[in-house]
Amino acid sequence: MEKVEKDHAALAEEFIKDEERVDWHDGALWWIRQKRDMAAKNIPEWEALREAASQIKNNVLSNLHDYLLEFEANVTKNGIKVHWAADAEEHNAIVYSILKEKGIEQMVKSKSMLTEECHLNEYLIERGIDVINSDLGEYIQQLDNEPPSHIVLPCIHKRKEEIGEIFHEHLGTEKGVSDPTTLTRFARRHLRNVFVTRRAALTGVNFAVAATGEYVVCTNEGNADMGAHLSEVQIASMGIEKIIPQKKHLGIFLRLLARSATGQPITIYSSHFKKPREGQEMHLILVDMGRSRQLGRPDFRDSLKCIRCGSCMNTCPVYRKSGGLSYHNTVAGPIGAILAPNLDMRKHADLPFASTLCGSCSNVCPVKINIHEQLYKWRQVIVQEGYAANTKVLGIKAMAWTLSSPTSYSTIGKAGRWVLNNIPFAVNNKFNPWYRQRDMPDSPKESFGEWYAKNEKK
Amino acid sequence: MSTRERILADVLKNQPSASPLPDMSAFKGKNQDVVATYCEVFTGIGGKAFRVKSFAEIKHLIAEQFDTAQRIITSLAELSDSFETLSTDVDPHTFDDVDVAVIEAELAVAENGAVWLPEQRMGQRIVPYICQHLAVVIPTERIVPTLHEAYAKIGEGDYGFAAFIGGPSKTADIEQALVLGAHGPISMTVFVLE
Ligand code: SF4
Repeated sequence: MEKVEKDHAALAEEFIKDEERVDWHDGALWWIRQKRDMAAKNIPEWEALREAASQIKNNVLSNLHDYLLEFEANVTKNGIKVHWAADAEEHNAIVYSILKEKGIEQMVKSKSMLTEECHLNEYLIERGIDVINSDLGEYIQQLDNEPPSHIVLPCIHKRKEEIGEIFHEHLGTEKGVSDPTTLTRFARRHLRNVFVTRRAALTGVNFAVAATGEYVVCTNEGNADMGAHLSEVQIASMGIEKIIPQKKHLGIFLRLLARSATGQPITIYSSHFKKPREGQEMHLILVDMGRSRQLGRPDFRDSLKCIRCGSCMNTCPVYRKSGGLSYHNTVAGPIGAILAPNLDMRKHADLPFASTLCGSCSNVCPVKINIHEQLYKWRQVIVQEGYAANTKVLGIKAMAWTLSSPTSYSTIGKAGRWVLNNIPFAVNNKFNPWYRQRDMPDSPKESFGEWYAKNEKK
Repeated sequence: MSTRERILADVLKNQPSASPLPDMSAFKGKNQDVVATYCEVFTGIGGKAFRVKSFAEIKHLIAEQFDTAQRIITSLAELSDSFETLSTDVDPHTFDDVDVAVIEAELAVAENGAVWLPEQRMGQRIVPYICQHLAVVIPTERIVPTLHEAYAKIGEGDYGFAAFIGGPSKTADIEQALVLGAHGPISMTVFVLE
């Protein structure tokens, strides 16, 4: 995978060159956000559900150690082999060793953001294992050699004509075919062949029930099941934060998840895996990858409550206009911008700044994560630790100085208005990052302070 | 220290102080016509629902809706005189050419249209996924208002695998255009048996 050197602003700049695409991307995501609103309004106790989900997750985080032990014991009792991985390298090595032991060289995968984070595909391909992503959106991204741009809608940034071109190039469909149904049918035939020939299948995990040792995988396409039920070796990879205490808690989360994600009343398939079928081997990998560290950061630990519905992305004005790939991280958008600096603060120092802090993300989050407040907190940590880009530090320092002194505030205000009125090109130029995508306002003739001073005397 | 011990130690060290589980007793469906709601919601998510009075009626509707020259399998004893009985001990790959699978659900949820299928009722785990068309029979008395009532009932039974299935397989990955039949069934029909 290519190392990302550009930051969010630079990558977004590439995306916004195509204005028509930006408008369309913005509209497509906003439409999904609206579908979420309609679905939520149909449930009178929606807010109570969000509160309950948030409290269940608080309980999970405060008892995670014991729940993990309980889950492990029950999973083992159910006949599934448990593995633990501290990081990506360890996770990938476990998957590889399971395949190698069985002499398997081909695997089919359903959606798992965790394995994307681990760069599992590249790791396996380097070792001669062929991996195919079976979720249609991820499959398209894989053919195009690009990571997913959205956790629920992996190729939301692509137009159907581009997808038709990718199919033409890699799968031999006729040139110019871009009809979604035709393309989907073609992929269906192609991937069916994959499912019936692969001996190993890997899935992600949406929820893991401590009390019963089962795990739940949600898809709309049924691809996780097609892979799992036809394979002789089934592997599931999960982050340690996916635990919930009891089966009845699924009732809360499954009511929230699909409605928040796409406005559907439930994902088409909510599959509960508990024991291997006759003649099948099942493995479950529990992965830490920075989660236990995030648990120890009181300001950011709530981000571990995320159920990956994607609704904070759909509603975010910055995400909708900059595209998921500009976040150069597996999980894009508001929640990704909180999770990423935990893993590598220097590399992801730009992401908490890719937000207007409007709070829309926190308003839609089904588990009530205070997303925008955490973004604001990360900015402070990043500036303090010296990781912020210079333009941002200067801006913040200047602002702090201006706001801390009433005299400098009014002097700067006067000076600013004078500059805007007399030498606007000093502001409206490419060295002012704020101006680049925006028109600077006409400045008011006088400030509120000046107006007040004048009018109070009357 | 093994990876397992290290992760568990880090979690223990970093987890916040105890936070109680919420009271969930208020979450339940209202007194409503669950059968009518179920049919309405299921139709809304791209399924077909028929209210029927007998298995004879179901057989008649299957013959009307599907091509009976194709392979049709069932796990229901009541339909075994008309269709192939699905075998629980063959290789799952042998179901690749099934056109229609008819199975009975243990529960259905009015609020979201999903049916609950433990593997005992599927016959084999792959059946409801690999068929081209899925047909499910649900007796009206087993329709519950919401997932909360469903999990209260599910809690009693055991299974190696089970799933909520709420409609035909679908995708909207290409420009958000809804396409039924991504990998699994292209259609799903539910017979609500009174
Ligand atoms: S942070 Fe909340 S809204 Fe965003 S993906 Fe996670 S659960 Fe959904």
